[in-house]
Amino acid sequence: MTTIAEFSVQYTQILDSQSQLTISEQQLKDKGINAASLLDFYQHMLLSRTFDTKAVALQRTGRLGTYPSCAGHEAISTAIGITMRREDVFIPYYRDVATLLIRGTKMEEILLYWGGDERGMDYSVNREDFPLNVPIASQCLHSVGVAYAFKLRQQARVAVVVCGDGATSEGDFYEAINAAGVWQLPIVFVVINNQWAISVPREKQSHCETLAQKAIAGGISGEQVDGNDCIASQVLLAKAIASARAGQGPQVIEAITYRLSDHTTADDASRYRADTELAEGWDKEPLKRLANFLIAKQYASETQLQALQNLCSHEVENSVQRYLDTPAQADSAMFEFMYKEMPEQLQQQLSQISHKPKQS
Amino acid sequence: MPEYTLIEAVNAAMDYEMSVDDNVIVLGEDVGANGGVFRATDHLQQKYGEMRVLDTPLAESLISGMAVGLSVQGLKPIAEIQFMGFIYAAFDQFLCHAARMRNRTRGRLSCPMVLRAPYGGGIHAPEHHSESTEAIFAHVPGIRVVIPSSPARAYGLLLAAIRDPDPVVFLEPKRIYRAQSEQVENDGVALPLDVCFTLRQGHDLTLISWGAMLTETLAAAAQLSQLGIEAEVIDLACIKPIDKSTILDSVEKTGRCVIVCEAAKSGSVAAEISAIIAEEGLTSLMAPVIRVSGHDTVMPLFKLEQQYMPSVEQVIAAANKVMEY
Repeated sequence: MTTIAEFSVQYTQILDSQSQLTISEQQLKDKGINAASLLDFYQHMLLSRTFDTKAVALQRTGRLGTYPSCAGHEAISTAIGITMRREDVFIPYYRDVATLLIRGTKMEEILLYWGGDERGMDYSVNREDFPLNVPIASQCLHSVGVAYAFKLRQQARVAVVVCGDGATSEGDFYEAINAAGVWQLPIVFVVINNQWAISVPREKQSHCETLAQKAIAGGISGEQVDGNDCIASQVLLAKAIASARAGQGPQVIEAITYRLSDHTTADDASRYRADTELAEGWDKEPLKRLANFLIAKQYASETQLQALQNLCSHEVENSVQRYLDTPAQADSAMFEFMYKEMPEQLQQQLSQISHKPKQS
Repeated sequence: MPEYTLIEAVNAAMDYEMSVDDNVIVLGEDVGANGGVFRATDHLQQKYGEMRVLDTPLAESLISGMAVGLSVQGLKPIAEIQFMGFIYAAFDQFLCHAARMRNRTRGRLSCPMVLRAPYGGGIHAPEHHSESTEAIFAHVPGIRVVIPSSPARAYGLLLAAIRDPDPVVFLEPKRIYRAQSEQVENDGVALPLDVCFTLRQGHDLTLISWGAMLTETLAAAAQLSQLGIEAEVIDLACIKPIDKSTILDSVEKTGRCVIVCEAAKSGSVAAEISAIIAEEGLTSLMAPVIRVSGHDTVMPLFKLEQQYMPSVEQVIAAANKVMEY
């Protein structure tokens, strides 16, 4: 018997849960990461967290529909946002607030969508990015088409697609990494492993030791990163995106993080998840981890961080106001975008609709 | 003027459009060197290269989902599903994404893609190779479902489907892929979508069909004519959206209608046409609308295939029934 292939899966952590560096400060500087860049990173995460908290509050007070919180995902999501180029295409799942905001999506657009209005997905800035994707893992296949188009047109662009841990159990996930491998497409697959797919824990999704190793079955490389570690996340993302852009093929990055919320505002995680586990999740969460580091290294003061919080809160409040002030769509809006030109049948149905009072 | 069979017309339409539009690409299983299991994509890879005519891994959801990504990027993918029996894995992507992308982004993104598949029975094929489940697609808002029934219509309608800015399912009646040849001008002229084609004028009754079943329907019309009954024969061609005007105008003239299809009876496109006539053409009717269709059974393996498929005699019997009502 001969071993014909061997594989390994790397794990990277640079800023640990105690806010200690696993590398020297000089090595950190060599990676181009400094006080200013970390403070900038922190601000992106803080804006996402502030938005998220507000969105949940809006739902609780009847001013937003069901909302899936992104709390806990801020480090990996920010890392994706800051390492992508404007001309790249982002293909989200539905807990990507930090990335979307960096890409240019407006907070009021995200609120409109979860507030039951399709106009939220008509991003005003990042026009080529995909809308949020609800059917699990199906977006992975879209990235294959997008990246194939880049390759066909010989464009140095990258598709970054995000999915959760549960998504890696879907056939579409495997079909996507397999095809991406065959054609060596410029795609970075980011699996945000937050340990829970609604009520089903990570260990019940797969007997695999890591989800990153699923990449191996598609003949592409897979790595794990501490997804609550803003430094390791951006280092790994930057490397994977550069490699994809250089024509060196796709990659899977499994970001280990934790869902600090219920699945959505319609869920009650206390039915299936221990409080102690959640408390542990909060101990490792990305914002506190970076804030402690910034203060310990005197990269920022408590006052500065509080000022950032005030700035973010102000920005969120303004967006919420714009969202709440947006007039509802006309009843006819549900017909208008079904086809480029409305077929006769639909025109007839439109002419016969009965106008009912609008839902708030 | 070249003479094409239906499958050759499909090939010619794709070839023409690939030659004039670099955004058109073909993908599917065995579409490359092999030219497709029915030869629909014959020689296209040699002519346009492996990047534009690509053999995909054997994964139908991939084919459909990838076409969503390609088309959102502005390409015009023609995705082949080898047999309709394998299209269901591709249905999810088509239904959940291709059909909704324009609407859910308020027109920002769209999916100008074609999903082609051979469908229908009558060729003694193995299990899962003979069903007619077009009604499943016809139920989906946001798409077009097109079925040609002759080489000329295959050529013109496929060109129209490729050029259409919205997703189209193009179902090819494989029983008549090579049944007849006809002269077709390979000039890139498309036929209109969303309209029926009236293949035969008549004032006594209206026969509506689509795909391969037009063979039986036209044969029945010819025999009925010898009995002094002149049937108007309508090729539905676009089963989503349905051209109601042509149907209702014809029924207004004839007062009688028989719908012929291979699909299972319940919830079929024939049922939809019956409902349209009941809602908007009831006062024209002099007899109930009759459906001559397959049964609500699984399409049998080929030993019983002919017992399942509607025959010329069944169409004539139904016509006589509405005439005598």
